[in-house]
Amino acid sequence: MSFPWAKEYKPSHPFMVWMDEKLPLPRLVYNAVGGGYEVPRNINYLWNFGFLAGLCLVIQIVTGVVLAMHFGGDTRVAFDSTEHIMRDVNWGWMLRYGHANGAAAFFAVIYMHIFRGFYYGSYKAPREMIWLLGVVIFLLMMATAFMGYVLPWGQMSYWAAQVITGLFSAIPLIGDPLKEWLLGGFAPDNATLNRFFSLHFLLPFVILGVVILHVWSLHIPGSSNPTGVEVKTESDTVPFYPYFVAKDGWTIGVFMIVYGMFVFFMPNALGHPDNYIPANPMQTPAHIVPEWYFWPFYAILRSFTQNFLIFDAKLLGVMAMFAAILVWFFLPWLDKSPVRSATYRPLYRKFFWVLVIDVLILGYLGGAPAEQPYVLISQLATMYYFLHFLVIVPIVSSIERPDPLPFSITEAVLGHDRAAASDAQG
Amino acid sequence: MIRIISILTGLFFTVALLWSLALDSIQLSKDGLPHTAAHAFGEHKLKPLKLASDGAFGKFDKAQLQRGFAVYQNVCSACHSIKQVSYRSLTALGYNEVEVKAIAAAATINAKDPLTGEMKDRPGLPADKFPPVLYAGTGTPPDLSLITKARHGGAAYVYSLLTGYKDSQPAKLVEHFPDAKTPEGMFYNPYFANLNIAMTPPLTADGQVTYSDGTPATVDQMAKDVSAFLVWTAEPELEKRHQTGVWWLGFLLFVTVLAYMSYRNVWAEKKGH
Ligand code: HEC
Ligand code: HEM
Repeated sequence: MSFPWAKEYKPSHPFMVWMDEKLPLPRLVYNAVGGGYEVPRNINYLWNFGFLAGLCLVIQIVTGVVLAMHFGGDTRVAFDSTEHIMRDVNWGWMLRYGHANGAAAFFAVIYMHIFRGFYYGSYKAPREMIWLLGVVIFLLMMATAFMGYVLPWGQMSYWAAQVITGLFSAIPLIGDPLKEWLLGGFAPDNATLNRFFSLHFLLPFVILGVVILHVWSLHIPGSSNPTGVEVKTESDTVPFYPYFVAKDGWTIGVFMIVYGMFVFFMPNALGHPDNYIPANPMQTPAHIVPEWYFWPFYAILRSFTQNFLIFDAKLLGVMAMFAAILVWFFLPWLDKSPVRSATYRPLYRKFFWVLVIDVLILGYLGGAPAEQPYVLISQLATMYYFLHFLVIVPIVSSIERPDPLPFSITEAVLGHDRAAASDAQG
Repeated sequence: MIRIISILTGLFFTVALLWSLALDSIQLSKDGLPHTAAHAFGEHKLKPLKLASDGAFGKFDKAQLQRGFAVYQNVCSACHSIKQVSYRSLTALGYNEVEVKAIAAAATINAKDPLTGEMKDRPGLPADKFPPVLYAGTGTPPDLSLITKARHGGAAYVYSLLTGYKDSQPAKLVEHFPDAKTPEGMFYNPYFANLNIAMTPPLTADGQVTYSDGTPATVDQMAKDVSAFLVWTAEPELEKRHQTGVWWLGFLLFVTVLAYMSYRNVWAEKKGH
């Protein structure tokens, strides 16, 4: 699908003509990321993060596949084989640091991508499916990252596996059998490591599949934009090639610079030192904490400390942690404001920024030890998190009076839109 | 309908949290904030340690690594292994092949005899890794190969720990936290996580190790040198990593500037990018 004014693919070389008849792959590319895909001219740099997320996925797959050639998925050798990669494999340290920091970069990019969605109402019709697939991708990313972290079989690997699978035992009746089934035993062991390795190799390709669906569903309505006003006429858009190839292209450079600073100069800044200690089932680390990108959710999990009604405290924590992401699925229907962009939603905009601060606070608390006063603060922050999505967003979207919208994208950019105005007058 | 369900769900979580919050607050008002001996008496600020390997252009000081290796061989290796390190990698410290062979040969390695298939002791070869170390005293000495990456503070922590032993505990500590009193056979060290460590102070006298390069072997110097050596055992790739990183950044800065200019060029006639 595209706008009527989008250029059509016209192969000139006889080979390309032949190819177009047999397998119109070049046509697909042309219409997806070439001159045939029309994009709103006013999208800002926050729209670059989708492209960067795709780049991160490629980096993870490439480094990961090579790492897997040297890694030993057995509890007796996993830790040492990781060190073998770091010391003996040519450029192995770069692969490993690249993969570990690549995961962090991936999440940083994805958080920007998701919060762009919150701010500009990208999840609203007609883009609900893009959003829903995005949430599926995010859940898959979390599972993949968690299982990847277990592989080097360090102390934090082992205890993260213990804690996270332990969460399932909170589920009434089926909890304990479920946990044993997931682990392949009563505690993390070789069976656990084997299946995590297998799944960690598989899931990125599942993610790739869902990303293809995500981008496909994006190409039906096309990208939204900072005004949230849909494309009306030809002057509202520019073709992806060359305009967005150039724009996405130079931000790849910026991304690679920041990424390289971590990989080459502070490769362990984001990781926990305990994971350089081999796993020891007999010794619990002083603080078990996940990687930074899980901290907000970890804080939510730990903020339920008391049984409530018929609910066990641990079960509540687990429910809340999953609910924290599941609520995103319902967002397109909870937010009924017809205006997409927060730029024209004065009240929603304020709550958006409170949410950002709230999530940063949750992030800080998730990395802190589970003691007072951190627990009290995380209880308040968790409360606000759910109030935001489940109460504030629905209510604000019905009582708020949005600011006037520009007539069109072109008007927002140039200050006038002659073509569209004369169209509208008929 | 969906909005009613959502608001009710939101209220459910809110009330459950308020319940946790209320009970926790009552508990907190009874117990007060957590207060442990390590909170109150631990040294949270490490001693500053400057090493040649610090910073983006950092390189190893080979003479220092050799001194640190001497400290490891003569002192630490009685209790601690460095089993991720292979003898052949010692060439990175500036030893030549003959010296590496000699260092390896001085060690006894328990390995499979290729002829009989039995496990047998034999002199080490450059391809071997440092052997495990048997230790019979109190506590479990960790393998030191990765220690500077496995502790907050890295090399500065190792240095602070080695030079941070105190002869006696502050009287106040024992008074307020009788449980934290140094047990028999342990030593008080405020840099250690729970203040009392099982490691006998390893570096105690100047000149304990003889340095072949003439550097005075003070306790402080030995502690610094062995910390530097342990940075190398944990990150032997450090120099190459730094060099590659400098090239990477230089190249990318150049490419990014070009890409930015072409971006400006492409968009020149379109307003509103
Ligand atoms: C007499 C045996 C012995 C010698 C010699 C010795 N250590 Fe230790 N070391 C230990 C023991 C035992 C522990 C475990 C302490 C504990 O967990 O309480 C330890 C622990 C450590 C730790 C870890 C502390 C922590 O944070 O867990 C470091 C670092 C360390 N030693 C460094 C050294 C260095 C460097 C040397 C040489 C200068 C050295 N040790 C010599 C016995 C020894
Ligand atoms: C591997 C992970 C992902 C990749 C590779 C990816 C890729 C992309 C790309 C290339 C775009 C178009 C460019 C842009 O708008 O930035 C896009 C748009 C979008 N993505 Fe993603 N995405 C990923 C994950 C997610 C997640 C986790 C969410 C939300 C939970 C999400 C929600 C959206 C939405 C709503 C849009 C449309 C934005 C608009 O047009 O305003 N995506 N995605």
